[in-house]
Amino acid sequence: MSAWWKALRALFWQQKARMDGVVVPDNSRCVQCGICSYNCPIGIDVRRYAWEGRPIRDDYCVTCGQCVARCPRGVLSFEVLARTLESTP
Amino acid sequence: MRRYVIVGTGVAAVAAAEAIRQHDPRGVIVLVGMEAEGYYSRPGLAYYLTGEIPENMLFPFRDADFRRLQVQVVHDRVEGLDPARQRVRLARRGWLAYDRLLLATGARAVRPPWPGVDLEGVVYLDNLAHTRHVIRLARKAKEAVVVGGGITALELAEGLQARRVRVHYLLRGDRYWRRVLDPVESRLVEQRLTQMGIRLHHHTQIAEILGHKGRVTGVRTQDGRVLRCQLVGIAVGIRPRVELAREAGIATERGILVSPFMETSVPHVYAAGDVAQVFDPRVGQHVLDSLWPLARMQGTAAGANMAGHRVPYHRGTPLNVTRLAHITTAIMGQVGQRDADPDAGLVRGDSEVWRALPDAILAQKNDEVNLIRLMVGRRTLLGAVVMGDQSLVRGLYTLIDRQVDITPIREQLLTPGAPLGDLLAAFWSEVQAHIHDAAAENGSPPLREASE
Repeated sequence: MSAWWKALRALFWQQKARMDGVVVPDNSRCVQCGICSYNCPIGIDVRRYAWEGRPIRDDYCVTCGQCVARCPRGVLSFEVLARTLESTP
Repeated sequence: MRRYVIVGTGVAAVAAAEAIRQHDPRGVIVLVGMEAEGYYSRPGLAYYLTGEIPENMLFPFRDADFRRLQVQVVHDRVEGLDPARQRVRLARRGWLAYDRLLLATGARAVRPPWPGVDLEGVVYLDNLAHTRHVIRLARKAKEAVVVGGGITALELAEGLQARRVRVHYLLRGDRYWRRVLDPVESRLVEQRLTQMGIRLHHHTQIAEILGHKGRVTGVRTQDGRVLRCQLVGIAVGIRPRVELAREAGIATERGILVSPFMETSVPHVYAAGDVAQVFDPRVGQHVLDSLWPLARMQGTAAGANMAGHRVPYHRGTPLNVTRLAHITTAIMGQVGQRDADPDAGLVRGDSEVWRALPDAILAQKNDEVNLIRLMVGRRTLLGAVVMGDQSLVRGLYTLIDRQVDITPIREQLLTPGAPLGDLLAAFWSEVQAHIHDAAAENGSPPLREASE
């Protein structure tokens, strides 16, 4: 498989994760620096979610990816999580 | 109704307060700290220095959060402990009685014994007050000299560079952080630093800090050179604040000695965070860590135990993820270098385990900014460094921490030029599939743990 095709496929899955996914924190890395919350264009307190180890299931989150990109410790990532009845707000 | 007194306002103290409240809805909880600013993110100071966040973003908890937890935060200095009478003496408020006491006093930056170290212009990056001071001085400074290995020194160097100060970073040895990183990793970081405009000086140590009218004017190196500067940033190590404990007769070594239940040698007195030297049954020794997430876990364990919920702190394999010259770097397990100095002290973001020298072979793969280095033992992975893309880290961490038997891929991993990322990713999905299947069948994790 050519490198070009591989890159395209990777991009497709990344975009899919962005669309279907939620931002998930890895608690073990977070140092509560606040860069995530500071850069959220919506003003979501991403840092608090990271402290509590909760995925950001916030109606206002548009999965813009700013927090994910800017976290200096790689705490945040997009993951596709199964939505169950209990988890929808 | 129990009275809980916590000395300190760092993450260990706050985590303990949360844990206590979870198990004891009615107890009185008081945090006593010497810093007027209270609880803030110390690792965030680096990003405040670079200008990525304003100062007001450093505070994860507001007053309302402490009120909601019904935790009182007092700004005062604890002068002495009286464990026999279960009370502590505050500088301004006098005696404060406790049923349970937690010492979460943290660690302080080491002040080296060089001539001139007390001149105005010598700075550390140990707390918020220091950071404000650095920012103020950086406005007028043209040049700065930074010394130290490890993470904090880099934070000082990068932060000052970002504030348009010309930075000379002095390295004692031949490469950056040689105790933990290998030559390739050091070079990667150094190249980036140079690209950023930071001037590196290898094999260079400070002999004396020079001054005029009480202010820094330069440094003289041990080989006789003089570097002009108005700021000297020092990050040569930290030392736990054990004085209160020592004076009160509580057992200490490099830190305050505690059991896995965070108990000190004195009943009803606990310790957690950078000040605590915790007994790790896996290693058979008391170990010191300076890692924010571990300090939090220790605080949580201490709080639970103080409230009567007996649960041991499980240290796990140390993991630190940080940014070195803009490269996200994860360091876990044993990665020590063979030429390392075993007597070297602790720095922030450091763990004594990393510098233990395992009898292991090295497997390494670089791919531009993505690097994986594995320490491969006889049947398990002992440690890893991952720079750049971090997606493998969680799986790798589990393989190391759970001591998963990697025999099926060991030979392949050690083949020169092996695609480590692909091998690990494939192996990890298999391992995960196993866990999933076994959990579905009988609910117990079947990771093939290698028993040594």
